[in-house]
Amino acid sequence: MRAMVYRGPYKIRVEEKDIPKIEHPNDAIIRVTTGAICGSDLHLYHGMMPDTRVGSTFGHEFVGVVHQVGSSVQNLIPGDRVMVPFNVYCGSCWFCSRGLYSNCHNVNPNATAVGGIYGYSHTCGGYDGGQAEFVRVPFADVGPGRIPDWMDEEDAVLLTDALPTGYFGAQLGDIVEGDTVVVFGAGPVGLFAAKSAWLMGAGRVIVIDHLDYRLEKARDFAHAETFNFAEYDDIVVHLKKETDFLGADVVIDAVGAEADGNFLQHVTASKLKLQGGSPVALNWAIDSVRKGGTVSVVGAYGPMFSAVKFGDAVNKGLTLRMNQCPVKRQWPRLFEHIRNGYLKPSDLVTHRIPLEHIAEGYHLFSAKLDNIVKPLIISATA
Amino acid sequence: MTEPATPYMAGRSATPDASVALRARIPGWGVDLDPKDRPSFPREQPGIATGAHWKFPDRQPEDQPRERSIEHAMLTPAFGTSVPLKGASGAIRRYAYGRYSEGRAAHWLLLIAADRVDAWENHLASFASLRPDNPVTETGIGSEFSGHGLASRAGQRVDVNHSWMDPVIVAGPWVLAGLAGAAVLRAVRRGH
Repeated sequence: MRAMVYRGPYKIRVEEKDIPKIEHPNDAIIRVTTGAICGSDLHLYHGMMPDTRVGSTFGHEFVGVVHQVGSSVQNLIPGDRVMVPFNVYCGSCWFCSRGLYSNCHNVNPNATAVGGIYGYSHTCGGYDGGQAEFVRVPFADVGPGRIPDWMDEEDAVLLTDALPTGYFGAQLGDIVEGDTVVVFGAGPVGLFAAKSAWLMGAGRVIVIDHLDYRLEKARDFAHAETFNFAEYDDIVVHLKKETDFLGADVVIDAVGAEADGNFLQHVTASKLKLQGGSPVALNWAIDSVRKGGTVSVVGAYGPMFSAVKFGDAVNKGLTLRMNQCPVKRQWPRLFEHIRNGYLKPSDLVTHRIPLEHIAEGYHLFSAKLDNIVKPLIISATA
Repeated sequence: MTEPATPYMAGRSATPDASVALRARIPGWGVDLDPKDRPSFPREQPGIATGAHWKFPDRQPEDQPRERSIEHAMLTPAFGTSVPLKGASGAIRRYAYGRYSEGRAAHWLLLIAADRVDAWENHLASFASLRPDNPVTETGIGSEFSGHGLASRAGQRVDVNHSWMDPVIVAGPWVLAGLAGAAVLRAVRRGH
């Protein structure tokens, strides 16, 4: 089969690889029809995530058709159209049995602090991802769900991570009616978080980014007020002024490890890997939320420590909430919202890139060229 | 003197019909208003039907020794087999997993170091293969010239802030190492 293969920082190519095999009785092999590049894949691409091995295949957002199932699989048969949450999880451990799917203890031998994620380094279990023609899906009776007949495949692929994660980010904010919500990052997750904040009754939604075309999307798609932080000497002061010097009730960090920091932050985080990420957005979130407010973090950070302004969080009495999204718990409600026309996830898709050209796709997405917001990867076998 | 504004006094400016206006303007405004009626609430909800029909899953065969965090009591029942440990990078990774817990910076710093060694190992090995690494195709740099060309490139790209320093930081250590090596050679020759 053809598969994207990591060759080292900023280098990938498409290679011939063996079609994955059933390695566990509850595995399924899925023929991928549509995948996506996620902003968090860029952390791998940039060499930020520990134990990202040359030869591995990325991709945790994908949908496809069941090709083969293991001997204990009861809920799927070959030919089923399925969407696969980015979490690999067993469904039966202490954490899964409580709904904490992203914190599953039975699928990632390499770490206990993070669960399993498709195509997301050996730190997340060493599973190959879906930027390929076929992918192994463990615990096929637990993770994947059939794509409803009425659902568009491009909506389905955005339901495997970006939309549920954005919704979850808003949910972690514990938004109540009338709250002022600030979202850092106008990528797909930030845009979905902004949109979801309205569903939860926000009174005001503000999105912060430094790319005008993404802020335009935040206004059109997510009905948000927007500020370009590059236009302000100090975006925190500006946000304070905008909120009567109170601060926002809820701030959502949808940026993560590669916030556009200053020289020192760039060198210590991106180049020397001495931080789990450049915590600029997280510190701005802590600074711009009101005292007693909530900071929700759904941006991806690495396992190393980061220089976070924890003292301010303590002194302001903040609630900090964060996790990888337990995707499948969000699906029934999000399906309803799509059917009701409140959400149209595929509106964010800007690029459809054939798998063979995925290196160009990564470069476009990494440098944010061609007004890219969300690139999909189209398999040759689709 | 006018009264100080919020937050110097309690209370916020009243907007009684704000939700009515928002409901009219934003599709679906407020449909998930009740925090208790949101997916994933409460955070931990015992007894969820997940589709698992086992108390403890079957165990995936360990065909070759599989590294694991020392914070795990055992090898997990399922695991990825993407790229097994090999070479010098594999030795570093094996040591990082075998010696240090996830709580230790050494664990992660060794893994990051092994990633760099891995990239160089594979880069060098590629020259002995039928498909050597190709910096043009593998970096996707060709996309600079496709799409909407130069028009969409000016001012909006995110790599301009740092790209000037990348060559210095990436090539700098090699240049310094080369200069140091040359200096050592010169010193050795002078010594003779």
